Amino acid sequence: MIAAALDVFVDSLQFIVDERDLLLEKTLEHIVLSGAALLVSIAIAVPLGLALGHLHRGSFVAVNVANVGRALPTLVVIAVGFIFLGIGFTTVMLALVVLAVPPILTNAYVAVDEVDRDAVEAARGMGMTPSQVLWRVELPLALPLLFVGIRTAAVFVVATATIAAIAGGSGLGEILVNQAAYDVEGLVGAAICVSLLALAADAALGVLQRWLTPAGLKEELPAFEPDVRPVV
Amino acid sequence: MRAPRQAVEIVFDHATKRYPGRTTPAVDDLSMTIPAGEVCCLVGPSGGGKTTAMKLVNRLVELTSGDVRVDGKSVTALDETTLRRGIGYVIQQVGLFPHMTVAENVATVPKLLGWSKRETDERTDELLDLVDLPARDYRSRYASQLSGGERQRVGLARALAADPPLMLMDEPFGALDPITRTRLQNELLRIQDELRKTIIFVTHDIDEAILVGDRIAILREGGVLAQYDTPEQLLAHPADDFVARFVGADRGLKRLSLTTLDEVELEPANGLVGPLLDGQTTLRDALSAMLTDGARAVVVDSGDGTRKQLTLDRLAELLR
Amino acid sequence: MAEPVIPDFGEASDCVAENRLFCTDWVRENWDPVLQPALVEHIKLTVIAVGLGFVLSLVAALLAHRFRHVERPVAFLSAVIYTIPSLALFQLLVPVTGLTVTTVEIALVGYTLLILFRNNLAGLRSTPPEVLEAARGMGLTSNQTLWRVELPLALPAIVAGLRIAVVSTIALATVAAFVVSEGLGGPILGALRLDFRTEIIAAGALAVGLAILADALLVLAQRAVTPWASARRVT
Repeated sequence: MIAAALDVFVDSLQFIVDERDLLLEKTLEHIVLSGAALLVSIAIAVPLGLALGHLHRGSFVAVNVANVGRALPTLVVIAVGFIFLGIGFTTVMLALVVLAVPPILTNAYVAVDEVDRDAVEAARGMGMTPSQVLWRVELPLALPLLFVGIRTAAVFVVATATIAAIAGGSGLGEILVNQAAYDVEGLVGAAICVSLLALAADAALGVLQRWLTPAGLKEELPAFEPDVRPVV
Repeated sequence: MRAPRQAVEIVFDHATKRYPGRTTPAVDDLSMTIPAGEVCCLVGPSGGGKTTAMKLVNRLVELTSGDVRVDGKSVTALDETTLRRGIGYVIQQVGLFPHMTVAENVATVPKLLGWSKRETDERTDELLDLVDLPARDYRSRYASQLSGGERQRVGLARALAADPPLMLMDEPFGALDPITRTRLQNELLRIQDELRKTIIFVTHDIDEAILVGDRIAILREGGVLAQYDTPEQLLAHPADDFVARFVGADRGLKRLSLTTLDEVELEPANGLVGPLLDGQTTLRDALSAMLTDGARAVVVDSGDGTRKQLTLDRLAELLR
Repeated sequence: MAEPVIPDFGEASDCVAENRLFCTDWVRENWDPVLQPALVEHIKLTVIAVGLGFVLSLVAALLAHRFRHVERPVAFLSAVIYTIPSLALFQLLVPVTGLTVTTVEIALVGYTLLILFRNNLAGLRSTPPEVLEAARGMGLTSNQTLWRVELPLALPAIVAGLRIAVVSTIALATVAAFVVSEGLGGPILGALRLDFRTEIIAAGALAVGLAILADALLVLAQRAVTPWASARRVT
């Protein structure tokens, strides 16, 4: 069984080499699609989450939206999108954004909400205006946790985009959902590619996160850290 | 109902604790005997090794050389878990188990020792009443529902649960507000009157040590014993400058707080007019009353109908 | 195995023929043959995956709690698995374990490991230091401290992790349909390919409903096993 499996893996590597043009094209499509969806989700969720967190409002919704998001199976969201909008770019984008917004929103909210109240109070006491407090104190301190949310969402989007191919999305998913058209070597090859893509994206964002984190806050952050802080 | 256990004597015999990589020992050649049934306060500055010395007794810290004997037996003779189950241990932050009720907390060591449920329940109720937390109300509460003072009382009850012959208390009242602290210090004295355990009590507060201790051991930096004496002797005859500074320049006044009016021989009042105090008042408070009123004497109600007097001169005589 | 229902012209109702959003008659007819089996399969998939994942992660957490250097490799490995897209992970396992439920279960267990391990470990580490000192000073052995103090106090974090794991697994198990037609993903995928709306809505609603129900039940379970957490100060 293991021997047979190894054969398949070797063949899949061969597939990657043989079809590298196709795979490269699909990978780029995947990156573009994921990137676009992520940016849209950030544009929606970050301002909203930061604002709510700064005002310490709407905590019930903001904290629980991630839980709700987690309960939505990707396939269901895509299928529902398909019902109303058919196959195509809009459906895919909508599904990706709907699934990516919750973790970003919750993390953005919690990141600002939980900023050390003493620090904020000291800042206000020193005479900073509310927007100065926001930009110079709250945001820098909120950055690490916010980034964790974005990393989670990024990995999630890459994974979701793979499945979204079933509703017309482009990218490596096209190969993976099209099990009839490719042999198992092709499917495994595509699987390897998209896995590497996801790992690379997470690692890259990790580097970016470390780079953006203010020096005083650089604690031991393990290499991979999705939004799985113990929520009690 | 179990028979109450006799208190035991604790002996430090050239006990030394050295941590690897440090030049000075934490506890340096400590030798002293704590008689059974007495409270010995270990006092000193931070880093003076007082907590370390205390922890040598229940082996939370292991001896480097020398010995510590409880009831004649070396602490190293027993396995440490068994040793600890026979010692009551009270710490500053209490360390109540948050997930257990008050009753369950108190029952911890009896359960470990295999007491029956009935015995344990009886004992728990008895102890809660002893520390002035009516069992009926407090049994089923959780730590988060108690105030700081209440928590430490439960800590005390928990330490006393298996009726250990000796207790180790590490700054037990340090985290409490002054009023609660005073209240609990007096509670401890009352309980000690009843139970007569051997207690090692660590504190950095010399006033607390004077109030609570039958004997006081002052440790200086480097874990060296500076003086080991009763409070009276310590205040009257400090061994050196360090001890003198530690007990405070007002040690004369502190000595006055050790004695009450009905403990000294006084002349009859003979119609003297002055602030009237009862026999329980300390000499220190009597002096304070004199100064406040601008008098040079106070009148004491002896409780048997007669009145005595205490003059400033007599006070000075008593101090000598 | 669940079979997608092909609208049979002439025999099906108008609702189905017009492919309206939700046809109650179809749902009623197909509850027994299609929806209920899929639901039961889905629950089975989830329970096995979370159960196994929990046991593995608890063992790993206990080891990591005792031996510091265990933490990093386990955290790293489970994070890598977590980052790999589900469809890809399924596909990578297929050559080894075939188009079977085993493949799906292995992947699902893998996905639970990160959250469960981290929460279990964080829970074990959450005991206040003074509680540990008091326990040691009273004469509890390490094992007794673990079982009577550290584990009970770790429960809130452990159950929180279970909540997330259960909800995520229910959602993820729908993707299993790409490998083997088990669980609610089967009807959804099949109906997607045939553009049959009622089935999509029905199965989808079941999946979401199941997740929400499971989450609510676990919240209740958490409150039940941690009575001290909700104890309020008595005045």
